[in-house]
Amino acid sequence: MKNEALYNYVLHMGDDSLVLGQRLGEWCGHGPILEEDIAMTNISLDLIGQAMSLLDYAAEIERQGKDHDALAYLRFENQYRNVLLVEQPNGDFADTMMRQFLFDAFRKPLYEKLTASSDAQIAAIAEKSLKETRYHLKHTSEWIIRLGDGTDESHDRAQKALDNLWRYTNELFYETEEAKSLVMAGIVPPMSEIKILWKQTVEAVFTEATLVIPTNNWQFEGGRRGVHSEHLGYLLAELQYMQRAYPNMKW
Amino acid sequence: MSNKEWPLWEVFIRSKQGLNHKHVGSLRAADATLALENARDVYTRRSEGISIWVVESNYIHASDPSDADSFFEPSDTKVYRHPTFYEVPDGVKHM
Repeated sequence: MKNEALYNYVLHMGDDSLVLGQRLGEWCGHGPILEEDIAMTNISLDLIGQAMSLLDYAAEIERQGKDHDALAYLRFENQYRNVLLVEQPNGDFADTMMRQFLFDAFRKPLYEKLTASSDAQIAAIAEKSLKETRYHLKHTSEWIIRLGDGTDESHDRAQKALDNLWRYTNELFYETEEAKSLVMAGIVPPMSEIKILWKQTVEAVFTEATLVIPTNNWQFEGGRRGVHSEHLGYLLAELQYMQRAYPNMKW
Repeated sequence: MSNKEWPLWEVFIRSKQGLNHKHVGSLRAADATLALENARDVYTRRSEGISIWVVESNYIHASDPSDADSFFEPSDTKVYRHPTFYEVPDGVKHM
């Protein structure tokens, strides 16, 4: 492949969106209130829409005649490049909001920088996705503040979610050697820059939410290399079932 | 686990062409910010609006349906309140 670095970069972004969108979609019909049920599935559909654009572009770079469906439904677990954070189970509402908030706070500055990408297609996808992502971040920030600074029970649950998910955040900024060539070419921003912006957002929101960032620095990683937690397999089984059972079926 | 219900909010939306906000429904939310976000998610998914108002339902004072007779019927017989008894000069357009 001519541009493997670009392919992998676009693919990993598409996988993050796809897997998180699928996870969030599991709330459909189970939300704590009707309004939030719709809010979460709206976000889920936004993410799946972003995954479609990203995976279509990845397929275009790959030049194997595939499309987003082939990439979404017909790869094995170890071929997915999403971070471990997005495949973590929904848990309770605080777990889901925390996972989403940590991700949105990362995606927003990433898309902001990508709107200036020297790759026109990436810039266009970022431009469109940024509007959606800004709203996602606003919504999840509001919830984190209210859960953290709410009742004793909501505070405890939000803190527990943060303690659990913090270990997966450093992987968001994983940068491969080949991705550095994309940084040099002005196609993608360096992750060190995104991390600074991410940190500003999460620290400001956690302060307002009276939540404490864990001091334990142990961090998981592996998803970007295709090494996943046991949760991804179950998620993919459900996601891929129809295409595996009825190859080439269309809705 | 507390079972306290969130307050009810009435939602008003102004559509793209519309000049005023119209009542579209109601929802529950803990506060005004979340009520606006919920309204956005529940009522504007299909590009229905460009502006949203939310008002806590408690703050709406409504006329009593049982007062309808004394409230509204008297105006039925007062046709002179409609400005229909003027001669409109021929030169006037856009009436």
